[in-house]
Amino acid sequence: MHVLRERVIALVTALGVLVAAGAGAGARAESFDDALAGFAGDSYSDTEKAIEAIAASGNPRAAIVIGALQDARLFFNAGTKKVYVKTESGTLLDAATGEAAAGETISDLKLVRINNRLRRAIEASLGSLTLLAPDPARRFEAAQAVFRSRDAAALPALDAALAKETDAGVKRALTEARAAVILNMSAAKQADQIEAVAIIRARADQDAVALLSALPAAASPAVTRAARDAVAAIQNGLVLWEAAQNAWYGLSLGSVLLLAAIGLAITFGVMGVINMAHGEMVMLGAYTTFAVQELIRSNDPALFGYSLAIALPLAFLVTGTIGILIERTIIRFLYGRPLETLLATWGLSLILQQAVRTTFGPTNREVGAPSWMSGAFEVGHITVTYNRLWIICFALVVFVALLGLLRFTRLGLEMRAVTQNRVMAAAMGIRTSRIDALTFGLGSGIAGIAGVALSQIDNVSPHLGQGYIIDSFMLVVFGGVGNLWGTLVGAFSLGIANKFLEPYAGAVLAKILILVLIILFIQKRPRGLFALRGRAVEA
Amino acid sequence: MLNRIQAVAQRPIARRWLAATAGLAMALAALPAKAQDTIKVGILHSLSGTMAISETTLKDVMLMLIDEQNKKGGLLGKKLEAVVVDPASNWPLFAEKARELITKDKVAAVFGCWTSVSRKSVLPVFKELNGLLFYPVQYEGEESERNVFYTGAAPNQQAIPAVDYLMKEEKVQRWVLAGTDYVYPRTTNKILEAYLKQKGVKPDDIMINYTPFGHSDWQTIVADVKKFGSAGKKTAVVSTINGDANVPFYKELGNQGVKATDIPVVAFSVGEEELAGIDTKPLLGHLAAWNYFESIDTPVNKEFIDKWHAFTKNPKRVTNDPMEAHVIGFAMWVEAVKKAGSTDPDKVIDTIVGVKAPNLTGGTSEMLPNHHITKPVYIGEVRADGQFDVVWKTEGLVPGDAWSKYLEGSKDLIGDWKTLKCGNYNTVTKKCGGGV
Repeated sequence: MHVLRERVIALVTALGVLVAAGAGAGARAESFDDALAGFAGDSYSDTEKAIEAIAASGNPRAAIVIGALQDARLFFNAGTKKVYVKTESGTLLDAATGEAAAGETISDLKLVRINNRLRRAIEASLGSLTLLAPDPARRFEAAQAVFRSRDAAALPALDAALAKETDAGVKRALTEARAAVILNMSAAKQADQIEAVAIIRARADQDAVALLSALPAAASPAVTRAARDAVAAIQNGLVLWEAAQNAWYGLSLGSVLLLAAIGLAITFGVMGVINMAHGEMVMLGAYTTFAVQELIRSNDPALFGYSLAIALPLAFLVTGTIGILIERTIIRFLYGRPLETLLATWGLSLILQQAVRTTFGPTNREVGAPSWMSGAFEVGHITVTYNRLWIICFALVVFVALLGLLRFTRLGLEMRAVTQNRVMAAAMGIRTSRIDALTFGLGSGIAGIAGVALSQIDNVSPHLGQGYIIDSFMLVVFGGVGNLWGTLVGAFSLGIANKFLEPYAGAVLAKILILVLIILFIQKRPRGLFALRGRAVEA
Repeated sequence: MLNRIQAVAQRPIARRWLAATAGLAMALAALPAKAQDTIKVGILHSLSGTMAISETTLKDVMLMLIDEQNKKGGLLGKKLEAVVVDPASNWPLFAEKARELITKDKVAAVFGCWTSVSRKSVLPVFKELNGLLFYPVQYEGEESERNVFYTGAAPNQQAIPAVDYLMKEEKVQRWVLAGTDYVYPRTTNKILEAYLKQKGVKPDDIMINYTPFGHSDWQTIVADVKKFGSAGKKTAVVSTINGDANVPFYKELGNQGVKATDIPVVAFSVGEEELAGIDTKPLLGHLAAWNYFESIDTPVNKEFIDKWHAFTKNPKRVTNDPMEAHVIGFAMWVEAVKKAGSTDPDKVIDTIVGVKAPNLTGGTSEMLPNHHITKPVYIGEVRADGQFDVVWKTEGLVPGDAWSKYLEGSKDLIGDWKTLKCGNYNTVTKKCGGGV
């Protein structure tokens, strides 16, 4: 029955299109040209009318023109009222004919401007125009656009597309789009609408809730009831997903905390230097990324995708070298004098900030995201953004690498020996002052590569580091001074606790609560989560 | 907490720097003219610390305006001389520096401050020493002082028209009021909440959210906004998020796929300068409400932008709304001084009400008796190049209200320094005094 009806509709539509194409080809061409002139009016309402007329014209160039409008590639000449499409390669074409535009240069033309209302109209009309596109990904996008616009005029096109569709995923999207359109039509039959509610209910996501709670006021009581039940059921199901989403956000926040703190876990945790300039090392790492990207932009834009990979070793070298310099010139005279170290490194952090402000200017610098770090994908009903995912992986890699370095290399062995018992280590022939410098350099270098990652999610400005310094100290103390594992576990538990509190308490209160919890925890266990036992640290 | 620690630590260094630069500046300034031949103009904007990002530009624009006035022959036959001080984003230091400007440097007027807390901190100084302050930034209102001229927007010149636009043009029915946790967003959101409720919006359809300064992890909040927006009604975000926190916020919006066509964000603190730090492609169509946009195509604006590029020797420097406020404020002060024939604060206060000055968008702004000015309101959509396309504007100029009509405690109050000589006159009890 259902199949039969669809076939009949498809047949009728196909016939209709044929007849229309045969009878009115001449008139259509004219209406397309007329509609195009609407773009030259330089008014939003004229443009909107033009979009509708072009979408309805059935002209094969309609999708090209509207697509150009969406991407800000549609221009007009204010004098002659002619409209031109700029192709992606930059050549100008006459919008009406698709032939190269002779005697026009881009500087004489004005861009057809669009606003949000027009953007919605464009999406809706492009949706119904590209439902039959050869590429399945585009068809899927088109179906999504129709799902959002719920435009009743798209129904015949939807039915025609459904009849032809072979790809299962696109077919489902089309069915859902059709259900959305039917739910939004007051003229649709009640049985059809109830069936549509069932289809939407199977989607079981936030969009389904939005659609089902916005039924037209004229919908029959049975449909409204079905929709209400569906919304309740979907929301019940979403509660679990929401918890999973919070856990994911917590992991992501934890990974940022871990990255920011892990360098400090070396300089403060292992060496015991209260390093207030740690945040500035992170900032310098971010600025190194900026400088690398600037160089790539001006010299070889094709390399942009690799800019972060190039910036990583450079940031490590730059901040590591600065770290070693700081250790050799300032910190080594202050070992065992924590108060003076605190003041000196603090002063240093201010000097570094002002130096960066004078060199790069006080305003934020733009660090671009390579394409593999932008956007998001869905796992079930969780939105996972690529930048956060990569940062979690990166934080873990850095952690494991650092652990490996301390555990399995000669340098790591010497570092541990010096921090555990300096005199004994010196007696065994380890050059302790060299190890001090290298350890401080390592901690600073790690902070630098953290800066590369953080430049992707935060502002690159002179006070980037200040936002992280307090959190980092908190974390190292909470995790247990001198223990990398403590920093790891501490970071993720604080991140997750914060994200579970945030929806209930708000961002400000959640942060306060976390601080209070840590203070209480430190009262109970003054040496943090994983305290080093024995006399090691005091030495 | 961080701010306080930083403030304590920064002060000595900032001071030393200042002493050095101020000394140098004075030595240079003293060369061409003797001290008594000039009229001094104080510039009180942070050149270091967190607010340097926004305020440094305002210092530059003031230097340009003063330079230009001097080329036109100065004022009352004397040259103008800029006195630049750096309050280093440190609120108590603002008061200290203001006192120094008025008592030591004897400036005729001060142009400065950005945050409301810095303005509140210098207020007692200006009242006590009878100075003049021109404040160029959009703020929360609820204030009208004899010694202060508010050339930025009051809430009814920015927030209310923006909400009207969303209600009428975008048919928004559900509202997220998101802000940084301090006085400007809290007061603005209180006014907006009262206004929305008066317009028949149900309390369930308003979500209010505050975040700390410099908040960078927006995942939960953006997810909440998405969820709030899926209740079947058109939803919009009204953002009073301040400064730096905006960049990660917009990045997260872009990454989570919240598009302006679904949930538009209208911001009151995001201008050309803030957008300079981000890739604006994912933000296409998000909105901002201001009284000026760099993209507004008028001959005066074009001339101003050209002059700005020439003065800064950087053709990429953008212009923004608070800069225009200084342009208008400076022109009004010059006009009032000419009219009064003196830079004496009392005379300027008496003559400046009613003084008109052209704004950069083609109109003429006027100083009102409540010391606010008339301004046009524009709504712009973010373009791919980090500029704004004006999509809507008010018909004519909107006079600034010192006291909001929508708040219980302030709706009967008016400020009038012309005839009533009172900043908070209660029109019901017919008495001066009241309000906050």
